[in-house]
Amino acid sequence: MVKSTSKDAQDLFRSLHSAYSATPTNLKIIDMYVVFAVFTALIQVAYMALVGSFPFNSFLSGVLSCVGTAVLAVCLRIQVNKENKEFKCKTIVTNLGGIVAMFVIAV
Amino acid sequence: MAAVESLPPGTPSAMRNAFGTVLSALILVLIGVLAFSIRLFSVIKYESVIHEFDPYFNYRVTQFLSKNGIYEFWNWFDDRTWYPLGRVIGGTVYPGLTLTAGTIWWVLNAINIPLSVETVCVFTAPVFSAFASWATYLLTKEVKGSGAGLAAAALLAMVPSYISRSVAGSYDNEAVAIFALIFTFYLYIKTLNTGSLFYATLNAIAYFYMVCSWGGYTFIINLIPMHVLLCIVTGRYSPRLYIAYAPLVVLGTLLAALVPVVGFNAVLTSEHFASFLVFIIIHVVALVYYIKGILTPKMFKVAVTLVVSIGLVVCLIVVAVLVALVASSPTGGWSGRSLSLLDPTYASKYIPIIASVSEHQPPTWPSYFMDINVLAFLVPAGIIACFSPLSDASSFVVLYIVMSVYFSGVMVRLMLVLAPAACIMSGIALSQAFDVFTGSIKYQLSSKSKDDAEDNTSTKNAPKDDASSGKADKGEEVAKERLSKKGKKKEREPAEKPSVKSKIVKKKALVLPLEASIVALLLLIMLGAFYVIHCVWAAAEAYSAPSIVLTSQSHDGLHVFDDFRESYAWLSHNTDVDDKVASWWDYGYQTTAMANRTVIVDNNTWNNTHIATVGTAMSSPEKAAWEIFNSLDVKYVLVVFGGVIGYPSDDINKFLWMVRIGGGEFPHIKEADYLRDGQYRIDSEATPTMLNCLMYKLCYYRFVETDGKGYDRVRRTEIGKKHFKLTHFEEVFTSHHWMVRIYKLKPQKNRIRGRVKKLKQKTTSGVSSKSVKKNPWM
Repeated sequence: MVKSTSKDAQDLFRSLHSAYSATPTNLKIIDMYVVFAVFTALIQVAYMALVGSFPFNSFLSGVLSCVGTAVLAVCLRIQVNKENKEFKCKTIVTNLGGIVAMFVIAV
Repeated sequence: MAAVESLPPGTPSAMRNAFGTVLSALILVLIGVLAFSIRLFSVIKYESVIHEFDPYFNYRVTQFLSKNGIYEFWNWFDDRTWYPLGRVIGGTVYPGLTLTAGTIWWVLNAINIPLSVETVCVFTAPVFSAFASWATYLLTKEVKGSGAGLAAAALLAMVPSYISRSVAGSYDNEAVAIFALIFTFYLYIKTLNTGSLFYATLNAIAYFYMVCSWGGYTFIINLIPMHVLLCIVTGRYSPRLYIAYAPLVVLGTLLAALVPVVGFNAVLTSEHFASFLVFIIIHVVALVYYIKGILTPKMFKVAVTLVVSIGLVVCLIVVAVLVALVASSPTGGWSGRSLSLLDPTYASKYIPIIASVSEHQPPTWPSYFMDINVLAFLVPAGIIACFSPLSDASSFVVLYIVMSVYFSGVMVRLMLVLAPAACIMSGIALSQAFDVFTGSIKYQLSSKSKDDAEDNTSTKNAPKDDASSGKADKGEEVAKERLSKKGKKKEREPAEKPSVKSKIVKKKALVLPLEASIVALLLLIMLGAFYVIHCVWAAAEAYSAPSIVLTSQSHDGLHVFDDFRESYAWLSHNTDVDDKVASWWDYGYQTTAMANRTVIVDNNTWNNTHIATVGTAMSSPEKAAWEIFNSLDVKYVLVVFGGVIGYPSDDINKFLWMVRIGGGEFPHIKEADYLRDGQYRIDSEATPTMLNCLMYKLCYYRFVETDGKGYDRVRRTEIGKKHFKLTHFEEVFTSHHWMVRIYKLKPQKNRIRGRVKKLKQKTTSGVSSKSVKKNPWM
């Protein structure tokens, strides 16, 4: 029972891995960026847990801007992904301006 | 409605489209003018003056902003109110309205149109109601098409519930906030329909504007997550949903935290937790869909079992932590006002101030018909019409109206949030109805030259449609019609040409007999006419009173009661700048704005104890009240009295609330002491406590001189104690119709003889009933 579960798990990871490597490179770059942003946010949370949340503003703005850029990058990925037939490519341009403008305001 | 395709210019359909666009633009301009002008009744009937109480505070803040600039405004600490505590204006006011009006004033002055601040403030609300009706057009166009949009915009321009809070002169948060609400919803739906990040960014900015303007923004931040959850649960998840929701939460929270009033509440209070919870849920769902997309079905099943077992454990831990966090705060993290929305009995048990505001009471049935009139029965038809193709947008509008109906049932003030939803639904219903009827008429007229057999079939199959009941269940009729038509179609032999057949299949489904359609159209138009008549009447008669000026018609013409402004002017001219005025909190804003004197409590009601202090003073005998007021450095006491002219909202009618609120903090004030057999009376049967309290004395001092008998026109009885003198107060001003009475605290006697002091101590121990609950001021 356990063996079949672990074998299933291994199969699962292998198929996930193989399916993921099939995605085009530009999407993988976006994914790397998302992981980086989330990782930064987690580091900030860990720091706050360690040192205390005194300037709560800075903690909030830091974490939210990291999460924000992660979310926006995911949206970018959704729109660029050719398998999603719902979008036109010209949204890329406006969206990059959106990210930059939001950061300037938010931070 | 038919989608607009890109056609080469010059073709008949392109011309028709262009004509349609120009026509709708013209109609929209007219709707804007209508929305603006219907709110001008009070300016015409009275004058261009700010109404009510809250707008005076906003007006004062706007004056300060226009005089001192935005930096000073942001850091303003107001010491002319809540003496001696003061109030941090920058941190406790929703700046949207004042910033908007200030900007408009500044822009106009910059291009050399010298409007005064007051004029800008008075007319801000009608201008923004025109914008709101345009926003309703945009929103409904996203849901159902431009015909429904125009109908909804026209309905919103006139709906009485919205008029009541946005007449010219009602310079309050809702004037701008309703526009922001509808616009935010429009951008959300637009993002949902197009999936463009541009609109998502605009959505976040519009949400920021809404947060700046009104405390009701929590409605948005809870409704949108609810809708996202609904979409996920009904299987309508799509990448566009993610794009519409996730950036809004993050950017919206960031921007909301920028507004000083909200600050850290944006992440710490329970009102926002729903959005974060759904944020996590939508990420989980997105991940699941993604993995489902890249895996084979068998592998996916394995993944699910693995994840569920681990994920459940993690979830339980997280939920336990959250519950512990939330339960540690006494209200579970909710603010008082929001909690009273969820549990309507909460306010009356724990926070009497919230319960005492008349706007916070549940509405009565007639108020629904007064405020949204005909829309009340068009809304169910609209809900059904939304289901006929159920899209994300229409499910959102249905959820919106259900939630707003619930909340409007809890608090009358929230009827305002119901109004746009009702207009949208009714606009959809009306537009669909007109579609069906006019389509039938067109078809019937064009098919008069075709086969008679078809006409017979259609008349046979048309269900009995009473035109008067047609509006309520026309949606079901249409569906039934379609089904019966399809059934009949199968049985008929295909005698006609195939092209005609396909057109007939599509059109015949919605055909009603000619006479019925015409009659129904006429009845719908009459319904609209009744609505318009009611709205204009409501705007003119019911909602245009500025309540700072009262009028009454009598046999010898129109009487104008301008007592409030008379007394505030007296105060500002006859007292020192630093004198403190004590009155009940209703009049605080007006006193600071018009009389420019420091007040003890005002309409912001943020400090219950301070209000309770004033309430206790009003309910105590003269000496005790003098002590309390003296400890607060009060020089003048102001009371409002309506007994001479029959003005029902005076302080004697509000007195029981003063007793309750005072008694909530200072237990030596007991409500039962002021009631005789549970009845509130001020005549000869009143209790001695009532006859001796400060409010009674200040209101009825020398009242018997007006008509010799002391007959109070509001309470419709003669007063109990008619001839008495005031020992600690002296009357300095009574307005023309005795509506406002101002008293001055008499200075303390220079010498207190020993005997009087001992007598004071003896009466002290005699007055308080229990030795434990002593009057803290003696």
